[in-house]
Amino acid sequence: MSDYNFAYLDEQTKRMIRRAILKGLAIPGYQVPFASREMPMPYGWGTGGVQVSAAVLTPDDTFKVIDQGADDTTNAVSIRRFFQKTAGVAVTEATSEASVIQTRHRIPEQDLRADQILVYQVPIPEPLRFLEPSEVETRKMHALEEYGLMHVKLYEDISQHGDIATAYAYPVKVEGRYVMDPSPIPKFDNPKLEMAGIQLFGAGREQRIYAIPPYTQVVSLDFDDYPFQPTKADHACDLCGAEDSYLDELIVDDAGGRMFMCSDTDYCATRRKQGHVGAQGVPYKEDAA
Amino acid sequence: MTPLLQVETIAKFYGSRIGCADVSFDLYPGEVMGIVGESGSGKSTLLNCLAGHLTPDRGAVRFDTRAQGLRDTITMSEPERRMLGRTDWAFVHQHARDGLRMNVSAGGNVGERLMAVNARHYGDIRNEAIDWLGRVEITEDRIDDRPTAFSGGMQQRLQIARNLVTGPRLVFMDEPTGGLDVSVQARLLDLLRGLVREMNLSAIIVTHDLAVVRLLADRLMVMKDGHVIETGLTDQVLDDPQHAYTQLLVSSVLQV
Repeated sequence: MSDYNFAYLDEQTKRMIRRAILKGLAIPGYQVPFASREMPMPYGWGTGGVQVSAAVLTPDDTFKVIDQGADDTTNAVSIRRFFQKTAGVAVTEATSEASVIQTRHRIPEQDLRADQILVYQVPIPEPLRFLEPSEVETRKMHALEEYGLMHVKLYEDISQHGDIATAYAYPVKVEGRYVMDPSPIPKFDNPKLEMAGIQLFGAGREQRIYAIPPYTQVVSLDFDDYPFQPTKADHACDLCGAEDSYLDELIVDDAGGRMFMCSDTDYCATRRKQGHVGAQGVPYKEDAA
Repeated sequence: MTPLLQVETIAKFYGSRIGCADVSFDLYPGEVMGIVGESGSGKSTLLNCLAGHLTPDRGAVRFDTRAQGLRDTITMSEPERRMLGRTDWAFVHQHARDGLRMNVSAGGNVGERLMAVNARHYGDIRNEAIDWLGRVEITEDRIDDRPTAFSGGMQQRLQIARNLVTGPRLVFMDEPTGGLDVSVQARLLDLLRGLVREMNLSAIIVTHDLAVVRLLADRLMVMKDGHVIETGLTDQVLDDPQHAYTQLLVSSVLQV
């Protein structure tokens, strides 16, 4: 262990954040203001998520961090190391072994269990922000359930692009009440928001925490004649052959060569271990990496 | 017959200064009331009190709601008042920019009120928007343009379409023709007069332009220093003004 208090934040701060989390869970989708602290990382790198993780971690937890689905990017590696150092918790890259998962821009492909917590990093928690700049007004709109404006955005999408072009941060209505920004996850992940695990959302710069309790109804907004459709690249993963996972497109040379691969690296690796091979993949070997 | 709007001794003070005081009148369905007066006479304060944008310090504003008859809009809860504001009421601002969403297309602007009352069918919303743009003489091919690409007169007509799309019964207008050149004004007035008659709208129009009330208003209220100094039928007040200030106002109009 180090000279830091467990999980970096002092106990009073963690209690304050836990109170906000509990309130958020009691009012699904409602943005609870909290006194966000300065963290040793810049805004936009997950200061909100890190504070929520710090407040829910216990010494027995196993921690996993994903950034755009990947376990091995700078952001994921440094946040994982941060809690390794300040909390001494076990870390993992395997979704099934983790008890707390901090994520940015993705929900793991593998279904989460009731004993798992998913912590999201949120840049702009207010779904109405780009249409209504006034915070006073948006709070009033939430309080009075005046959500017509959210559909104006979708209307604009259809009138300009012929279809709902919003592909990420797709607005949802939680438990028939609050309209919520699910953080910039692809809309492919929206159906997964109804899950067994607890979902916590932390926005550090904007100082808001909100939550979705397990098995809560989460409906993506749409029009009767333009229903919500989760989308993904129309390919199979070139490494593991999965057809049901969200894909990243990778440019591999300057001659138009490209490949599609699972954005969830753990999901892809697990499948390759099981012997699945995609169009451009090679059979999995233990020492390759 | 029940009045659509019953205003009783409304008063609004800004500190010790008077915004408007002791204003009472009844407005009946299908009636258009004009409020004239010079700048600072309390016209806009009065209109904002009636439309629920300002809370008056005294008095009552009773509106004949569809469900429960006459209700005081000042003491009713905020959700109810805001609901009225986007269904039975409409508010046309002097500057179209205040009443429009400038970064949303014309169709989206017209559709917003429909979506606010739970219209969830894109095709229907769009058809309704096209219909309403047509009624205010904006062609269908401009539906996906933003109001920033519209002229001042078009913006004002778009604002009117956006307000009338939910079939309101009472329209508040604050200088609807302000800042428009005379030929555009004339067409706008013509359009408004048609819509008011066709939809049997009641309206309260605040203006300092006597020609506007001559064309549109059935009745007239003249305000000065926050008080109503003369009321009556429009033609009667304009042709035979009794109060010294009204006489001044009427004689100040430039004759071409």
